[in-house]
Amino acid sequence: MSASRNVLATASPFQRFVIEFGESPVAVVAVAVLALIILLALAAPLIAPQNPYDLSTLVLTDARRPPGYVGSNGFTHWLGTDAQGRDLFSAILYGLRISIQVGLAAGAIAFTLGATLGTLAGFVGGRVETLIMRIIDLQLSFPAILLALVLAAVLGQGKWQLIAALVTAQYAYFARTAHGAATAERAKDYVEAGLSIPLSSARVAFAHVLPNCMPPLIVVATVQVANSIALEATLSFLGLGLPVSEPSLGMLIANGFQYMLSGRYWISIYPGIALIALIVVINLVGDRIRDQLNPRLKR
Amino acid sequence: MSPLLQVRGLVTQFHTRDGIASAVDGVSFDVGAGEIVGLVGESGSGKSVTGYSILGLIDPPGRIAAGSIKLDGRELVGLSHRRYRAVRGRRIAMVFQDPMSTLNAVLRVSEQMQLAMQAHGKPSPDQMRQRSVEALAKVGMPDPEHRLDAYPHQLSGGMRQRVAIAIAFLNHPELVICDEPTTALDVSIQAQILVEMRALVRDARVSLIWISHDLATVSVLASRLLVMYAGRLIEQGPTAEVLRRPRHPYTQGLIDSLPSRAAPGRDLIQIPGATPSLTDLPTGCAFKARCGYATSACDTPPPETFDNGRVWRCFNPLNVNTVATGSQ
Amino acid sequence: MNAFVRLTDITRRFASVPPLTERLAKRLTGAKASATVIHAVEGVTLQIAKGETLGLVGESGCGKSTLGRVAAGILEASMGAAELAGEAVMSAGRKRTTRIQMVFQDPFASLNPRMRVGDIIAEGPLAHGLISKADAKSDVTRWLAAVGLDASAARRFPHQFSGGQRQRVAVARALAMRPDALVCDEPVASLDVSIQAQIINLFLKLRRELDLTMLFISHDLAVVRHVSDRVAIMYLGRIVEIGPTEAIFAAPRHPYTRALLDSAPRLAADGAPDQDIRPIRGELPSPADPPPGCAFHQRCTFAQHRCIEERPLLRSMDGTQEAACHFPLGIQHER
Repeated sequence: MSASRNVLATASPFQRFVIEFGESPVAVVAVAVLALIILLALAAPLIAPQNPYDLSTLVLTDARRPPGYVGSNGFTHWLGTDAQGRDLFSAILYGLRISIQVGLAAGAIAFTLGATLGTLAGFVGGRVETLIMRIIDLQLSFPAILLALVLAAVLGQGKWQLIAALVTAQYAYFARTAHGAATAERAKDYVEAGLSIPLSSARVAFAHVLPNCMPPLIVVATVQVANSIALEATLSFLGLGLPVSEPSLGMLIANGFQYMLSGRYWISIYPGIALIALIVVINLVGDRIRDQLNPRLKR
Repeated sequence: MSPLLQVRGLVTQFHTRDGIASAVDGVSFDVGAGEIVGLVGESGSGKSVTGYSILGLIDPPGRIAAGSIKLDGRELVGLSHRRYRAVRGRRIAMVFQDPMSTLNAVLRVSEQMQLAMQAHGKPSPDQMRQRSVEALAKVGMPDPEHRLDAYPHQLSGGMRQRVAIAIAFLNHPELVICDEPTTALDVSIQAQILVEMRALVRDARVSLIWISHDLATVSVLASRLLVMYAGRLIEQGPTAEVLRRPRHPYTQGLIDSLPSRAAPGRDLIQIPGATPSLTDLPTGCAFKARCGYATSACDTPPPETFDNGRVWRCFNPLNVNTVATGSQ
Repeated sequence: MNAFVRLTDITRRFASVPPLTERLAKRLTGAKASATVIHAVEGVTLQIAKGETLGLVGESGCGKSTLGRVAAGILEASMGAAELAGEAVMSAGRKRTTRIQMVFQDPFASLNPRMRVGDIIAEGPLAHGLISKADAKSDVTRWLAAVGLDASAARRFPHQFSGGQRQRVAVARALAMRPDALVCDEPVASLDVSIQAQIINLFLKLRRELDLTMLFISHDLAVVRHVSDRVAIMYLGRIVEIGPTEAIFAAPRHPYTRALLDSAPRLAADGAPDQDIRPIRGELPSPADPPPGCAFHQRCTFAQHRCIEERPLLRSMDGTQEAACHFPLGIQHER
């Protein structure tokens, strides 16, 4: 006990955070599942029996086959095939890949953009703050999905267009959170101490204040990544977002819808389960992080 | 005549990541009726936790692990929540350090005082109004009628604290515990409140425990001093005597640390080191690592030594002509 | 006096202006947009000689912290000039010199919780080119040693230290900038009594070794008396009395100083408690709404008509002491 206390004592705030995180069994399992999903998704090109993007490998006669069916190419379709003859397992792997790529990319860019704007607004104050925050307020009054829909329709289909739409829909959440945290940190003595040396405002704002705003921002980040994934799936489900040649999970679910009642459940259900699993696991991790960072819950 | 409050062997513990911390470790003292007692110590000494323990305000992960607290002969430790609530506010009241957190920011002063009165009785609205005005006037609040209708944020720090004190005295308690009530206030306001408290306590014939880290302030009011260190009560006695001829080296060190004790510009006599962490206390006397008089005897915990109203826990006490040890 | 730190006619006011949206809303609805002006510091002139420590005493709202920040170059004065060795401390909203540094009151809040102590201390000197990256580590060790901390402290985070140790780190941070002057804003107020003594001794040692000029701000008269060569007492934004420490404490001229001394409890030399304290009546006035004439007249036992009508100016009492009072103690009328 004493040894671990010493480790705890000399650890950086981040290391302490990780150690505490590990104390919740639910969170550890969620992180493990998330890691597994990410690993599978990253390794998709290597482990997927079939490349769902390669239209030449698709055999129409193998379409709509149930799970366990052995296809014309000789390999087993563990989760069945979809309406175009794609191996569902491969399609799901690639679909997860897309979801994670898009979710992370949109999240990262929205984070950077939003956090910078919010910190700037909170730190500088005055007219700059008012201007930035009113724009953010305006943006927040639109439902994210509406914004994303309109932008996706305007920008057309494609991965980067989709990411742009998602970023636009979401950066405002980061900005608002960063602004609140930055305003609170700005009032603290260490900021004044830094400015009094004097250190430049830019340095104090981004090297001192922003790192201290990370806790709430990270919570927002996990929620927003999950949201991005859900939004992308929604847009693809509606036929916007990614083109048909890139099977995102949303598109797979959409394609399989018409077959649900005729008993070919697997075409929608399995992609659906994969999507839900991904989102739930991200939310569980996010919940744990949020609880850890909530000062009122400190024992 | 038995004392109003009798604390014997109080042990209050908290479960922390690093083990069990005994914030209060075997504390025993009495408070007589109408007596003002000063409970002095630095941060981590356990003085505030002692006050909360008496009021039954220790929540998990803390608990009173051992000992007894008797108010007028009646045991308080182990009382059910309901029974304690009947005692709290009615027979024992507390005044805390920061009035902005004790007062409800969305209620007017009159409403808060009403709540306090209604918790322990059923007075009529007129009675309540009148009692409130009287209580505020007694604590030296200027223009009490108008202040009653104010919200806490409309009052200055000193006035808020006066409201908190007035509320404490509303139901005519027998014992009032004040935890650093003037620490956050300016010197001139503190002086006003000290003088008002002295008069209030005398008129109401109430016992007072004044918890503070400020020796000089406590000494204005208190007739007896209790000095705590690392959860233990290391010295007790009449104020003037403890200050003039302290027995425990820590008490002496505390007095010597005061700037008023050294010639200007000269180094102050300082106690080396810092208070040990409560989860990492040394065996024996908690002060031995910082004590200039420590000997090998100090490796066992020193028992209480009693002598004519003075109590101390030290194997090598100061200012003792004859070594008068004895049990009581 | 050869003034090293020179504050001339410093005035600092804070106007709380409601934000743009609120002003717009008020204009649309016809409500009056109000702005309260807080007169934090009004016309203060002070000099500190090289190597001298000036104690600045006062209660809430007296403006001592604001004045300290103006002197340290954190706040710009609304009017007046703050100079260090002849050059302005601030211009165009920015601090122009690193030769005066500040130590803040709360050691828990004045250190960035996410930075290691070594980085906190080295950041300023590195940013200003006072040291090279290669020298940073040894420089940090040097300043840690100067404040009585071990070199291994550099790798640790502020939360791993006690309050007294954190304050030492704050002092080391200030010293690392190689200042000629320090402004200390209540540096020991948040500390336990026994730790307070250690930090006061540290300041005395540093003052001797580094020949520092200090502006020492505190509400604690005993602490100020102990470390200061001269003392200035502030009330509601103005200096009401200033002079050599012992002279002020032995024979104060301003009734506020006298009353402050009388209301602070203290222990006598033999330890006997002081049970006879005489409080000043009345409340501290608000700097947003200063009383006319002498700011202290409502609470002063010696106030007369003239005190309400005419604000007394600081004038010399007998050479070294100055007080702003129409009827100073011990000299003229004594009722």
